[in-house]
Amino acid sequence: MSDIIRRDPRAEWIARNRLHPLHSSMQSSVTRWLSAAGVTRKNPHAVGFIGPNGIKRIDRSGAQQSSGSKRSSPTAEKQLPLHIVEQPAFHICVVPDMVGGRLSSHDKDLLGLAHKLAGTEGAVVAVVFAEHKENGFDTAGVDRILHFTDAVFDGYSPEQRVQALVRVENQLEPRHWLLPDSRNGGGELGRRLAASLSERPATRVWQVADEQSIGRAGAGQQDLHRPAPRLILASAECAEPISETRHQAQPMQLQDAINPSRSRIKDLGAVAVDPALIPMAEAEFILSGGNGVSDWSLFHQAAETLGATEGASRVAVDDGFMPRNRQVGATGTWVTARVYLAVGISGAIQHLQGIGACDKVIAVNMDANCDMVKRADLSVIGDSAAILQALIARIDAHRQGGIRDAA
Amino acid sequence: MQPSPMDTTALNVVALVSIGAHPTSGRPRRAEQDARAVELGLRLAGEAMQVVHAGDARQEALRGYLGMGIKQLHVLEQPAQADVLHALSDYLLDSDAQLILTGSQAETGEGSGMLPYLLAEQLGWPIVVGLAEVERIDHGIAHVLQALPRGQRRRLQVQMPFIASVDNAAPLARQSAFGPARRGELTVTAANVCPDQLFKEGQLQPARPRPKRLKVIKAKTGAERMKAATAKASGGGGQVLKDCSPTEGAEAIFKLLMDEGVLR
Repeated sequence: MSDIIRRDPRAEWIARNRLHPLHSSMQSSVTRWLSAAGVTRKNPHAVGFIGPNGIKRIDRSGAQQSSGSKRSSPTAEKQLPLHIVEQPAFHICVVPDMVGGRLSSHDKDLLGLAHKLAGTEGAVVAVVFAEHKENGFDTAGVDRILHFTDAVFDGYSPEQRVQALVRVENQLEPRHWLLPDSRNGGGELGRRLAASLSERPATRVWQVADEQSIGRAGAGQQDLHRPAPRLILASAECAEPISETRHQAQPMQLQDAINPSRSRIKDLGAVAVDPALIPMAEAEFILSGGNGVSDWSLFHQAAETLGATEGASRVAVDDGFMPRNRQVGATGTWVTARVYLAVGISGAIQHLQGIGACDKVIAVNMDANCDMVKRADLSVIGDSAAILQALIARIDAHRQGGIRDAA
Repeated sequence: MQPSPMDTTALNVVALVSIGAHPTSGRPRRAEQDARAVELGLRLAGEAMQVVHAGDARQEALRGYLGMGIKQLHVLEQPAQADVLHALSDYLLDSDAQLILTGSQAETGEGSGMLPYLLAEQLGWPIVVGLAEVERIDHGIAHVLQALPRGQRRRLQVQMPFIASVDNAAPLARQSAFGPARRGELTVTAANVCPDQLFKEGQLQPARPRPKRLKVIKAKTGAERMKAATAKASGGGGQVLKDCSPTEGAEAIFKLLMDEGVLR
């Protein structure tokens, strides 16, 4: 629908004719206007609407639209203002961790810090390796994006990545390099880069202000204050993430292609770890059961097939189906799993608090109206036992197929 | 009971150790991660392993490492606030080390964790970060397990010689015994002293508590604020599969799990 205001002569005629039966409904319901004398005038009769029992109601929450705004097109979703950097005076390079292919909160804090350093003239360049699933680079504060998609950067490839970053250094000569000082690869990559560029980095930085950086030193008992160096490895919450602006996220290309040399470290892939031995607070994938689980042996079998750490709601623990140390929630463990599969858990507020940090939540439940379904990214309504059985069969079929492909 | 050394008798392992600080009292002690590195070295090479420290030889805490069952500890004499990188790289170039083990960062001083990376750069060796276990070594190629966050492990193949840093995922260090700690020998060697440039410009101060992140309320109207304060779990975002067969439901779950890459 276009935004052109069209006149409706008939409506105008009805509005002029006080004897017309539709006259009252055609009155423009302006409730507040500025008079010629500059005084604000209000029409209290035009406020509100007639409720279902014929009583006038006033809704002050803002949800109720006045009848006069019928003609305007539905308001588009509010767009944040776009921050444009045409000709960047300098670059600030950020290498996000991209855990699970998405920007983590640590990465977003880092982009916020990068914008503090870039001001209005500089451009923030995100250097991303391998495939990703992120589509919010613009709102996270990325002005330019440098995406390396070559197959050599898949998996664990720190030496090749450092070579690529050295190329970026030669071409862009960024004013600052920012990397997350995390165990998810950023800390390692940053230190490797520092060693190959012979730059002395500031590590575990938690504040950069007025050209001074403050970072933790030693075992965390001391702070190191120093002039902000070119390479900064920042810890989480080093700055506020971007929230008020949108950014261009323009793709960039390096001028010369990269042909990294052979690596001395070869990645032979992940090793199966017994999920029961991983502490639940840091498990990546949790299968959690509650009151809706009837067949607990099937539940354990499903956890084994999925390779998931087991969790439980308080009801399942109180009923004796699971040990106390497996309880998830306010009185149990606050988990940080990336994927949380809740089977037969309705989602008490204490339980939802415990899974607040989880990224993706899948709910399997009989009740489509429960709170867990509202929280979940994917909900399947149905009998938990049947769905778990089907899931086990599906994964077995997938694994069989995989083995057949490999042979 | 001592864990039996692997069949790596001829392996020349060097562990680099530093002086730690107790997290509460701040008293000098053997550093936690360095002790784990020594433990890993003892499991690999037994008593043949070398332990090297660059710093002050009179520091009593060094005997904590000797108490783990090492006969001898080399000390490269360095004053406080010296850059030990050059002394260590000179020493390691002359030695015939095949595997150098370090902790991932020092507990005193700057503690940037850069030393293993800079040594690897100077020696031209590969570096493995977060070594958890050495599985086997044959024909100059090591198969090792690397510790990842969330308790995961990754298998890597590395050419010898290499540097490895260990973190808290490595095996727990054995206790230090008093008798061996007294009997152990500290051999002191003089080494080149190179002052650290950092302390000309930077300064160490007692750690300030980090400012708590404030919860910024962006609501412009009272109604929005009320909504933000009382809102329960926000609904509506997720996909809900109703009235579908268990197979379809399982297929949808399976697809999401594959997309997230949690199925192995």
